[in-house]
Amino acid sequence: MAIARAERLVNLVLCLLSTRQYLSAERIRAIVPGYADAVTDEAFFRMFERDKTELRDLGVPLEIGRNSGVDGPDGYRIARRDYELGDIDLEPDEAAAVALAARLWDSPQFTGAAHGALIKLRAAGVDVDQDVHVAVEPKVRTSEPAFPPLLAAVQQGRVVEFDYRRPVPVEVRRRTVEPWGVVAWRGRWYLVGHDRDRRAPRCFRLSRIVGEVAALGKAGAVQRPDAVDLLSFVARSEPTTQNVATATLWVARGKAQGVRRRARPVGEREYDGEPGDLLEIDLRFPDSAANWIAGFGPDVLVLEPEVLAKTVREKLVGALRGAGVRA
Amino acid sequence: MTASNSSADRLPRLLALVPYLLARPGIPIDEAAADFEVTPRQLRKDLELLWMCGLPGYGPGDLIDLSFEGETVTVTFDAGMSRPLRLTAAEATALLVALRALAETPGVADKAAVRRAVAKIEAAVGQAQPAGVAVGLAVREGPETALVRDAVSAGVLRGRALRLRYYTPSRDEVTDRVVDPMRLLLVEGRSYLEAWCRLADGVRLFRLDRVDGVDVLDEAASPPPHAEPTDTSEGLFRPDPSQRTAVLVLEPDARWVAEYYPVDGLTELAEGRARVLMRYADTPWMVRLLLGLGGEVRVERPAELAEAVARQAEAALRRADHLPAT
Repeated sequence: MAIARAERLVNLVLCLLSTRQYLSAERIRAIVPGYADAVTDEAFFRMFERDKTELRDLGVPLEIGRNSGVDGPDGYRIARRDYELGDIDLEPDEAAAVALAARLWDSPQFTGAAHGALIKLRAAGVDVDQDVHVAVEPKVRTSEPAFPPLLAAVQQGRVVEFDYRRPVPVEVRRRTVEPWGVVAWRGRWYLVGHDRDRRAPRCFRLSRIVGEVAALGKAGAVQRPDAVDLLSFVARSEPTTQNVATATLWVARGKAQGVRRRARPVGEREYDGEPGDLLEIDLRFPDSAANWIAGFGPDVLVLEPEVLAKTVREKLVGALRGAGVRA
Repeated sequence: MTASNSSADRLPRLLALVPYLLARPGIPIDEAAADFEVTPRQLRKDLELLWMCGLPGYGPGDLIDLSFEGETVTVTFDAGMSRPLRLTAAEATALLVALRALAETPGVADKAAVRRAVAKIEAAVGQAQPAGVAVGLAVREGPETALVRDAVSAGVLRGRALRLRYYTPSRDEVTDRVVDPMRLLLVEGRSYLEAWCRLADGVRLFRLDRVDGVDVLDEAASPPPHAEPTDTSEGLFRPDPSQRTAVLVLEPDARWVAEYYPVDGLTELAEGRARVLMRYADTPWMVRLLLGLGGEVRVERPAELAEAVARQAEAALRRADHLPAT
């Protein structure tokens, strides 16, 4: 019966870990159980190439070299100091932090990798209890279509190009960026890098990238400046909150709970034959407040300030148009 | 739980298993299986395979040796595999970026413990290569929500039922309900309480910035055994077959709608516009959204939705026109 591939690979690792000499492919073929299954040279080399690739993909540091004073083909060995995870000993509170960290990702790129890291830490003797009880469980998703190609470009140090939509003024423009990092901030993903067109560092929201991301040029072409703190770069680029504005509203009796829960009652008034309440409300984002107030239709009217009343009116006229009615 | 036999999943486990067992002599097989997230049956298969592996020579003294006692296992010869393989760059990145995110965020984990863990893992991994990935877990929430979060997390940690006063935007209504807390989640910049809702008789996610009042009750939290935690990997909101679909054309200024709400099939149109299929459960909620997007969205379908928007907009304009000048 053929020897299982996994068994052959474990034996190959043990064999190469135990040797100080470089072992040629032919020696390995003769020693490691499983390679005898390969009848022809060609079948063996195909098998051996695949095995080497799999080990490298797992991060096994295969060394290639020639033993001194010996002619012949290159051989292989694994240096134990490069293979083995260093000593690590975590206190229970540190292990609890690691368990929480490993659960952070809801991401095809990171979930498996975090799990792999946990397995190795456990194998190093660390007890990581995954059912640890925590106050808050953070979850980070990487569902943006632009995420995988940008992460790959960052890790490979390759320049990227993409179409980017800017809301104000509205435009979609091709951008060429030397990517420094991908950053999640307040629930959104950003790309930080050097914008070649603007000749300055910029940050881009991933959800505003239109279509495909193309990686250009050679790997290693992008050098991230050492001093850059990705997280605070994005935090600084976020627009700051505008001044709080106070508005006075009329709200039909018993309606618009979403407005009422955030407002202070200041009086009552019947209006347009309908009983209602006068409310005062603090608006942190006056622009989006107009959208929100317009949404309540005839149940909420803006009494003050006038500029807000006008904006709401424009929204309503626009909504009529959008519904196919000419105003 | 998946017990995969493909060597791509299996080999890392096989290489980790011997050092893992070496560190835990006499561990129950079930416990080891749980740590590796495989079935006990799969773990036994792995052990049987390892038993066949060893050093060149492959005689009795060269092979990995295991001793089984009852339902436990002990490694008696490790064949030189006493330590796990180093973390790959991807593994180190996944873990360290997550830990640094916890360290940056107040109230999530013990910061000092997180920092010590980061330092130890960096030291063990070797070179602490800058990863090019950073995560901040700060929330988009006001100070009122921080107070709610304190009360709710007290309920979660002490295992108490909570009385919530909760605003449901889809119905524009505030209701009182008693819930059995399960956990607090922090997803995409917002906090949610996951709880068994006795009013809805099901597991619900409550966004904390919509909680208007919270009382920690004397009663113990007791979610029923069939209350399953939400799988967050596919997003918090699952398509519901009872939902309706609207066809909308978004002007560039309204493109954010496609970022915030569940849309299927986005088609790019000229001048930065996009046509989207947007799912919605409650017509009144959808009408409110569309009124607020005034002018930036064209409702192509369904006709009833466009009519409802037009009716509400007309009524609102008529009423506003009667407004005395202030």
